[in-house]
This record gives sequence, C-alpha cells and structure tokens, in this order.
Amino acid sequence: MKKFQLHPCGNFYEDYEKMLTVFSTDFGRVWAAIGLVILFLVPLMPVSPYLIYVMNITGVAVIAAVGLNILTGFAGQLSLGHGAFFGLGAYAGAILGTTLHVPMLLSILGAGLITAGIGMIFGAPSGRLKGLYLTIATLAGQIIIEYVLIHWESLTKGTMGLTLPVPVFFGFRFQGDIPFYYLIFAFTALMIWIAINLIRTRFGRAWIAIRDNDRAAEGMGIPIFTYKVFAFAISSFYAGFAGALWAYYMGSITTEPFNIMLSVEYLAMVIIGGLGSISGSVFGAVFITMLNELLRLITDFLMNSAIGSHLGLTIAPLREFFFGAAIVLFILFEPRGLAEEWRIIRSSFRLWPFSY
Amino acid sequence: MDFFMQLLVGGLSTGFVYGLSAMGFVMIFKSSSVLNFAHGELIAIGAYFFLIFVTWAKLPLVLAFLFTLFACFLLGILIERIFLRPLIGENLIFVIMLTVGLAAMFRGLILLFWGGNLYTYPDFLPKALGVDRGIVHIPPVYMATLIIGIFFLIVFGIFFKFFSQGIYMRSVADNQRAALSLGVNVRRVFALSWAIAALVAGMSGVVLGVINGINVHNLSAIGLKVFPVVILGGLDSIIGAIIGGLIIGVLETFTGGYLSTSLRDVVPYIILVIILLVKPYGLFGLTEIERV
Repeated sequence: MKKFQLHPCGNFYEDYEKMLTVFSTDFGRVWAAIGLVILFLVPLMPVSPYLIYVMNITGVAVIAAVGLNILTGFAGQLSLGHGAFFGLGAYAGAILGTTLHVPMLLSILGAGLITAGIGMIFGAPSGRLKGLYLTIATLAGQIIIEYVLIHWESLTKGTMGLTLPVPVFFGFRFQGDIPFYYLIFAFTALMIWIAINLIRTRFGRAWIAIRDNDRAAEGMGIPIFTYKVFAFAISSFYAGFAGALWAYYMGSITTEPFNIMLSVEYLAMVIIGGLGSISGSVFGAVFITMLNELLRLITDFLMNSAIGSHLGLTIAPLREFFFGAAIVLFILFEPRGLAEEWRIIRSSFRLWPFSY
Repeated sequence: MDFFMQLLVGGLSTGFVYGLSAMGFVMIFKSSSVLNFAHGELIAIGAYFFLIFVTWAKLPLVLAFLFTLFACFLLGILIERIFLRPLIGENLIFVIMLTVGLAAMFRGLILLFWGGNLYTYPDFLPKALGVDRGIVHIPPVYMATLIIGIFFLIVFGIFFKFFSQGIYMRSVADNQRAALSLGVNVRRVFALSWAIAALVAGMSGVVLGVINGINVHNLSAIGLKVFPVVILGGLDSIIGAIIGGLIIGVLETFTGGYLSTSLRDVVPYIILVIILLVKPYGLFGLTEIERV
C-alpha cells in the first residue's frame, strides 16, 4: 500500500509535475471524497424540499460561475454578458426540447454548444483590442441577446415564456427536486472536474500567460486571438449549459430574469469567490445564492408580518444594494476573495503551532 | 420630407443630450482610463438632488441648480476618497469592477429612497428659448441643452489644452506610474476628474429629468447608452462624445420612425459591435498602435 501523504510545512516541490497535481496530499483527496459522499446523501436525510431547491440553484450557479471565472479569472477578460448567455442557453435548451423534441441531456449539451458559438461572435472584437473593449462588446451582447429573446416571438414566444416538456427516462418521469438534485450534482461535479483539468493543460497556462502579460505571451508564441476566443467559447458553453439545466429544472422560463443584473450577480460571485480560483467560484456561487435567499426570506417575513409589511416593501431594493456593497467591499479589502481566506485558514491550521 | 426633417431635428436634439451625458464619462476615461459603469447612476443622483432642492427645499431655480452642481461635485470627491483612492496603482480591471459594484449600490439606494416612480420638475424654462419655425420645432429644453453643452465643450477644450491640471490629467491617463514618478499629484487629479465628471453627469441628469421625467430605471439606462456614443466618437475625445451622441440620436429616431419602434433601443448597440469590429478607436479617438 502507498504511504499516506500529509502536507509538509514548506514548499518542497522537486519537479513541475508535483506543482500541477490537483490534490497535493491524500488528506485533501480523502476530504474531497467525503464531501462528495455527504452531498450525495443529503436528499436521503430528512431535509426540507426548500433546502434541496436552494442546493439545486446553487449547483447551477456554480457551473455558470466557474465558466465566468475561466474567462475573467484566468484569461483576464471582463464579461458583462454572462447573464444573457445563461438566458440564451436556457432558451436554446427549451427550444430544442419543445420544438425539435430533442431528449433532455442532448438538448442541454446542444444549448451549451449553441451558446458557445454565439459567444465566439461577441468575443471576436477581443482579437483587435485589449481588455476594456471586450467588456463593452459583452455589454452590447447582453442588450442585443435580451432584445432578440424578447422580440423573436415566433421562436421564443416573447414575454409569454416557454414551458418545457417533462423528460421521461424508461417510463420514469424526471421531475421534482430530488431527481434534479442528482442530475445537477453530477453535472456540477463533472464541470468542476473539467475546469480544474483544463486549467492544468496548455490552454490554461496560455490563458494565465495572456492575463499576466499579453505582450510577453505573444512573444512566447501563444496565438492570443485564438486563445482569447477559445476562452470566450468555453465560458459561454458553461453559461449555456447551466442555463439549459436551469430551464429544465424550472420547467418554464420567461425572458425576465436574464437582465444585466444577473450578469452583475455572476460577476459578484466570481469576484467574491476569488478571481483565478475554481474553488473560489464555488464559494462565490454559494455565498451569493445564500445572500439572495436570505434577503428574500427577510423580505417575505417582513411582508407577511402585520407590522412590517410596509417595511418589507421598502427594503426590497436593498438586495441590489447588498450585491453592490459585497462587490465593492471585497475589491477594497480582499481582492483575492473567499478562496484566499480559505487558504489562510487552511495554512494556519497546517502550520500550527509555529505559524511562520 | 416633413417627416424626415422632424425626425432629423428630433434625433439631433436627443443626440445632443446623449453627447452631454457622455461628456462626464469621457472625462473620467481621459484622466484615469477607467470605464465608469456607474455613470447612469451619477446622472440619476444629479436629477434627484435637483428634485430635492426644487420641490422639497423650495429653493429658487438658479440657486437649486448651483446647489445640485455643488452636491454632485462633493459626491465625486467622496467617491474618489472612499472607493478609488485605495485602488491607485492596482490593476484597472478591479477599478472597473468597482464601478459596476458602485452602480448596483447607488441604484439600490435610490430605489430605497424614491422607489421606481416617475417624478417631474415644475415647468420653469422660459418659452422664448424654444425655436418654432415652420416644421422645425425645438422645445426650450433642447435649446438650453445646446447652450449648456457648447459652453462645457469650450470650457473642457481649454481646460485640457492649456491648464496645468488638465495636462496632468492627460498624463495620468497615459501612464499612471510615470506621472507619479514625475511628481504629478495623482490623488488630486483623480479627485478633480471624478468631481468634474459627477458635476457634468448631475447636470445632464437635470436636463434629462426635464425632458423625460425622473425615473431611476430610465436614467441609469442612459448610462449604458453612453457606451455606443463614446465608442463611436472615440473613448478619449470630448468633441467625439458630442458628435457620436448626435449620430446615435439621429440613427435612433430614424430607426424608430422608418423601421420599428422596438428596434430603436437596440440599434445603438448593434452599431457599437460593428464599430468595435471595423474602427475600434472610433471617429476621433487616439489610435494606440499596439499589436497583441
């Protein structure tokens, strides 16, 4: 049997391979496995359906946030259109499922691919220009996509929305929170796994090089345009995939949620979680979804109670304020996000009692 | 032909308002290379300040306008002092994301205090200011906008060309570190440029409020419409902002008049994408030759 490895106190890498490993010790590997098992068992425990619902939407948010982090955190391109790409994926999945009668899994995958293709169109300006301009192009993308979703009525039914068919597997109607919990759980784990490994390949290294210094990257022979557009396509794929998954989970969709506020929300997830860290986007997605639900619970509670119904209505816009404040505070005080906090906590345990 | 002239005049009038709103945006970009995503909210805040001074404090108009400008100026300084000063020397991407956060914060606060209702100012502009010759009909408020816009255009032109603070601003935009090491007071430059930008934004907020009424959603949407305008005109050109605004305004009204009303709002962004692909530095922007 292999010897069980624990963390050494310092950095003793002897070759490049060791730096690239996902789990540097068996300790992390074991904990990751335990975490997965616990998550797998959650629906079997007596928990409220509401918790399952929150975990499902968190899972979808994690997929989309990981996608945005690949683009913003690793390739260094700021996107303000992620919410629209999410919506595009939702609609692509819904249209594939309703009009073309494509099975669920295939239409989710197809939605991801369609979104990736359209994402590449809006990523094309990045070929000629640096950082700032791509942000503006994605802003235009957000508004144009939103417009098309609302006004292409023959395809999207406009503001009426679309209702998706309930997928059937071997006579089993795939519906409700718990079946989707397992589907979303499996896909989230798979997409995180793909993202982590993508970052370790030549693509990931090229993106990081472009982010850190694009002229140096070009000098080292990295074709910048190709890699930037590729990062954009991957990020849109994640958004579209998550959107289609969300559409199937919700059962019916309208154009309403996919506004610029959603894009800001995803940006907030990535910044709060930590740019350039896959685990960070998981933290960020969990944090923002929890904040969202918490604010909603508080508002609902105040509206239902007799004295606070007026107060509940007044504090509803505070949701937006709290998102903004969370982004601002994290940029000012912890630009590396929750992932950095987590690293500090972990290393302080590891180095205890000699914390230097 | 009458319809055409009507649309043209209407388009030029709205376009000039867009240009005026874009001026403050260009101001910030020119001095710090920051894309200010909170510009629409600054415009909205200006409009609401004027609303407070006019309807609740019941100040005389001129005094209320001056107070609004002063309050916006102070707000700009405060924003710089609290949020942007810690980020001097940091990566630009963080500063831009900070303005996205600020935009959400301000929008939330405005909604908290005023809600999503539409407010209007009392009618105060003299009727004599308007132009009414045959088919060409320009309401007084647009004439006022024209006068204010040209005034600020001249003031800014002189400021950036001849005043030392204006030249400092350009140097900071060009290379922050080099400017710091040559003894430019970057903090003061930032504070001043944010203050002036907030002032101009507040002023255009008042103008927009007179035209369309005051509603936080409409006003912050103008903040997004600034992007096609400045990209078309060139991100760092103040005259480009005005001309870009005029072109976008005319195109908007023509699309609304001849094609369809719903297409009107999305046309500027389609133009934006085309401009980015074809002539990314806009009509009057400084072309940076840097191939990556």
